[in-house]
Amino acid sequence: MLVRRWESLILVLLVGVCVWAALGVDGFANTSNVSFLLLDTTEIALMALTMTFVIVAAEIDLSVASTLGLSCAVLGWLWNAGLGIELIMPICLLVGALCGAINGLLVTRLGLPSLAVTIGTFALYRGLAYVILGDQAVADLPAAYTSLATRPLVPLGLVAVLGVGAAVLLHATGLGRAVFAIGANQEAAFFSGIRVKRIKFWLFVAGGAMAALASLVFTFRYASARADNGVGLELAVVAAVLLGGVSIFGGRGSLPGVLMAVVLLGVVRNALILADVANEVLNFVTGLLLVASVLAPNLGALWRRRFTSQQEVS
Amino acid sequence: MTALSEATPPGHGGRRLFDRVTRVRELGIVLALAALFGVTGAVNPTFLSFGSIRDILLNSAIVAMLAVGQTLVIVTRNVDLSISSIVGLTGFGGALVLADSPAVPIAVVIAGCVALGVVCGAINGLLVGVAKVPALVATLGTLYAFRGIDYAWAGGRQVNAADMPESFLSLGSRSVLGLPLLALVALIVLLAVGWMLRNLRAGRELYAIGSNPDAAVLAGIQVRRRIMTAFMANGALAGLAGVMWAARFGTVDATVATGKELDVIAAVVVGGVAIFGGSGTVFGAALGALLLTGITSALAVLRVDALAQTAINGALLIAAIVLDRVLALRVAAALRRRRYRDAR
Amino acid sequence: MAVLALSDVSKSFGAVRALRGVSLKLEAGEAHALAGENGAGKSTLVKILSGVHRPDTGQILLNGSPVTFGGPADARHAGVAVIYQEPTLFPDLSIVENIFMGRQPRTRFGRIDRAAMAEQTGRLFAGLGVELDPEQAARGLSIADQQLVEIAKALSRDAKVLIMDEPTAALSGNEVARLFGVVKALREQGCAVLFISHRLDEIFELCQRVTTLRDGTPVAEDLIADITPDDLVRRMVGRDLDALYPKQDGVPGEVALEVHRLTREGVFTDVSFRVRRGEIVALAGLVGAGRTEVVRAIFGIDRQDAGWVEVGGRRLRPASPTAAMAAGLALVPEDRRQQGLVMDLSIDRNIALAGLAEVRRGPLISRAAEHARAQDWAVRLRLKFARLSDPVGVLSGGNQQKVVLAKWLARKPSVLIVDEPTRGIDVGTKAEVHRLLSELAVGGMAVLMVSSELPEVLGMADRVLVMHEGRLVAELPRASATEESVMSAATGRTAA
Repeated sequence: MLVRRWESLILVLLVGVCVWAALGVDGFANTSNVSFLLLDTTEIALMALTMTFVIVAAEIDLSVASTLGLSCAVLGWLWNAGLGIELIMPICLLVGALCGAINGLLVTRLGLPSLAVTIGTFALYRGLAYVILGDQAVADLPAAYTSLATRPLVPLGLVAVLGVGAAVLLHATGLGRAVFAIGANQEAAFFSGIRVKRIKFWLFVAGGAMAALASLVFTFRYASARADNGVGLELAVVAAVLLGGVSIFGGRGSLPGVLMAVVLLGVVRNALILADVANEVLNFVTGLLLVASVLAPNLGALWRRRFTSQQEVS
Repeated sequence: MTALSEATPPGHGGRRLFDRVTRVRELGIVLALAALFGVTGAVNPTFLSFGSIRDILLNSAIVAMLAVGQTLVIVTRNVDLSISSIVGLTGFGGALVLADSPAVPIAVVIAGCVALGVVCGAINGLLVGVAKVPALVATLGTLYAFRGIDYAWAGGRQVNAADMPESFLSLGSRSVLGLPLLALVALIVLLAVGWMLRNLRAGRELYAIGSNPDAAVLAGIQVRRRIMTAFMANGALAGLAGVMWAARFGTVDATVATGKELDVIAAVVVGGVAIFGGSGTVFGAALGALLLTGITSALAVLRVDALAQTAINGALLIAAIVLDRVLALRVAAALRRRRYRDAR
Repeated sequence: MAVLALSDVSKSFGAVRALRGVSLKLEAGEAHALAGENGAGKSTLVKILSGVHRPDTGQILLNGSPVTFGGPADARHAGVAVIYQEPTLFPDLSIVENIFMGRQPRTRFGRIDRAAMAEQTGRLFAGLGVELDPEQAARGLSIADQQLVEIAKALSRDAKVLIMDEPTAALSGNEVARLFGVVKALREQGCAVLFISHRLDEIFELCQRVTTLRDGTPVAEDLIADITPDDLVRRMVGRDLDALYPKQDGVPGEVALEVHRLTREGVFTDVSFRVRRGEIVALAGLVGAGRTEVVRAIFGIDRQDAGWVEVGGRRLRPASPTAAMAAGLALVPEDRRQQGLVMDLSIDRNIALAGLAEVRRGPLISRAAEHARAQDWAVRLRLKFARLSDPVGVLSGGNQQKVVLAKWLARKPSVLIVDEPTRGIDVGTKAEVHRLLSELAVGGMAVLMVSSELPEVLGMADRVLVMHEGRLVAELPRASATEESVMSAATGRTAA
């Protein structure tokens, strides 16, 4: 119920910001700007899809942006080595899946906290990206793909298809039910015959593969493969997922909420840039929204507890 | 089973085992440091020269200080991702005041930076301790927010060494008794915090909170206040680190220390502080910082591409937690068997 | 005048009324027992006295004047020390630090006086006859040792009131004797003791007075000298055992579950037994004897080191609940809140959780099928609920247990394992659960029941298996299973 309420709040906020921007910000409400701003959220949206699953299962993956960087570096390196791009792309996806598999193995087999593991692989994967590609930028990528990636319909179509798929998977299948149960109470899920470790492992693998997919979009969109592509995106992804109403403790959240939060952050960013607010102040707004998204329900709970009789159950 | 059952009094064996493991843990870092210096020194003896070691100490001073502060927070089963932004904010703020208002005494600037750090830490502490926002989320938010304030304040400006008084910059390079001043400051902070964690009630209570939060409440510990204190102390150290940064590097803008938070956490975890609280020492954390910085210097001396350093840090962090985990599992299994034998 | 007293105290949790109009007086120099079945409200009462919960109505009186305990710290300042069933230590810290946490002796400069701490601990341990190394970390201590540390903690604080919530549950005979020696000495020094135990002989040995609770209501306060153990049982149960244990006799069929030399190092050793269709087999023993651990291994939660499990003649893959479920096993676990249910999820989703494959239409979950499955079982088990879409956390303990049963029975298992099936649920629901188990057995299901309640074991089981320190030590048919025979096997006094 709380989730529903939170989604509606995000939706109201989104509509409000759009109306404000359309009326008050020059150059916001036209087709090319709107498609540009949506296009600009593609990578975050893609990674947020799998991150939602991971966080609902009460884990976290801080290494996604580094995986994206590593995949970009592999792409640039292989392209320089003369491989065909049609061969490179599946290799990149495999690299991403492998990165996710390493996270997944460390978390599920050794029982390590995913926070510590993915801070480690965050550095490791980005470092490997630098080792592979150094500080060069590979820019002579095939025009067919770079133009495809800048045509809004293609990346947005990808997000739409995968988004609907992920939403159905999370909210209407047994796997989705299992993910929620794992996040809410891992032990009870295990006692119910749910293969907790196996599911978590594959969530990390999917997260890695998705980061690699995002790296392809990123590389082609900017027509540049660099080792430092997407630095810092992991925090933007986590921020979007949390703002979308997913509980950091797992077990709660919805994909539509997350997608709306991604768009909300994109619209705010775009509108502030158009309104000539310093780009950097966006950080402040992002941080504030993030804290507010968790603070609001907590303060609400504190408030209720103070003014109604205690409802604690021992 | 019976063949193995010696007349060990229950507990004593477990004690020894536990001790051995924790000692192995800190010894491991010392050994790694020794190996690092030994191998690098053998390949290139200049690495062991006075000047080189002095540089390593100087370079690790800031990270070590941040690691000490972060330990205070992690020991309570929390984390502070926002320190890099606090360093950025205080470092830039301090430099700006020094450049624009030369009349303000340096000591006041330093105190001001520490105070600003305390305020930032207090915001984190309020969010985590009082409003019960998970530390990861709260400090991720303030990481953005503090950096945003930093940017807004800077407005694209950069403060150069030439803008700051020479007496301030010399703090970053001066030596006292052969030790770089900054390293000395870090050492004093380390010893002081280490002493407090061991010998003051407040210090022990931080460990208690991280070790078993529910029992901490039952023991009558003021959990909220202690968590506030940990975040504020961490903020203060980050503020101090900010001034040190400005003095050391001379050129500062709004991007100072971006991304440092994960380096610091890596140092802390490599140093044997459990990411879920309750155990670990600031000395381990400082050793971790020294090790990671030492590796950077060694790579330069060994002419290994400096770009490999990030990867090595990551690999080291993972190796450290995997090792801890494997050791912990071994100990748990050994204790299970031993207790069973004792019961026979 | 009573050191500490409760006057007409009531406390509810949501819809559950845990305590109703309870009054209790703890006098200096007197050991007062609190008797009652599981779920009678004893733990809630302890939590009110120790400041964890606040009473909804009624008062706490300290030396005759009303006080409010805002938290455990207030109760402690008033001189109340609690020793919980599950000790609350800091695993990373040393024993000394555990004893003095939050009130370490300090030198003039505020530094913790380690020498004084060590010296006081030495004295406490000498008085208790404890041989633990005070510098050892608490992690890895046995429950009995942890218990002793807790008592040392209370002693170091000069407690006026000592509350002990089933302190002996995990202790051996020697350890109990040692504990009682200490408690008697404390009592003679003028300490008021509140003692909770399931072992009636302990109550009769240690205490002078007993208050009995039933369903949260006080039913009697007696001097121990005036009553017999049988009187006390009657007060606790409040009705004939026959009504509580409506056991029907079934006809045992073929072997449904066979456990062969199952061993998990350090936990249980060489456990073998069979359960046939149509019978209820109870696994009895003291807390910590390894019963729960055995059924966990059978169901694949933990991996055994040796031995195997057969269901319907087919050997199970170890350490796989999925394999166990596919073979027809079901486990209603010990800890309902933590292992049995996902509290945030709705009733129907909890019931569907163990059978997600059975509520699918194509690749998607069918809400209709899920709802129908829950509806069907809710009616059959007479579940009391408002809507099936309500979170399961709002139900009472008994109804939550019915949801767990529904979740597993909906899978139509051939072997049902229930671990403490009636812990913490009201007497009425308890009888319903017993009737259900009996009917299931008569209908041909094999039932394996772990229970710490002797009346339940004796009332329900066709056969009783008794465990002691990780081993199966006795197998008693219904006819020869008595309170004495089961207890003497469980305490290791006789071996089969």
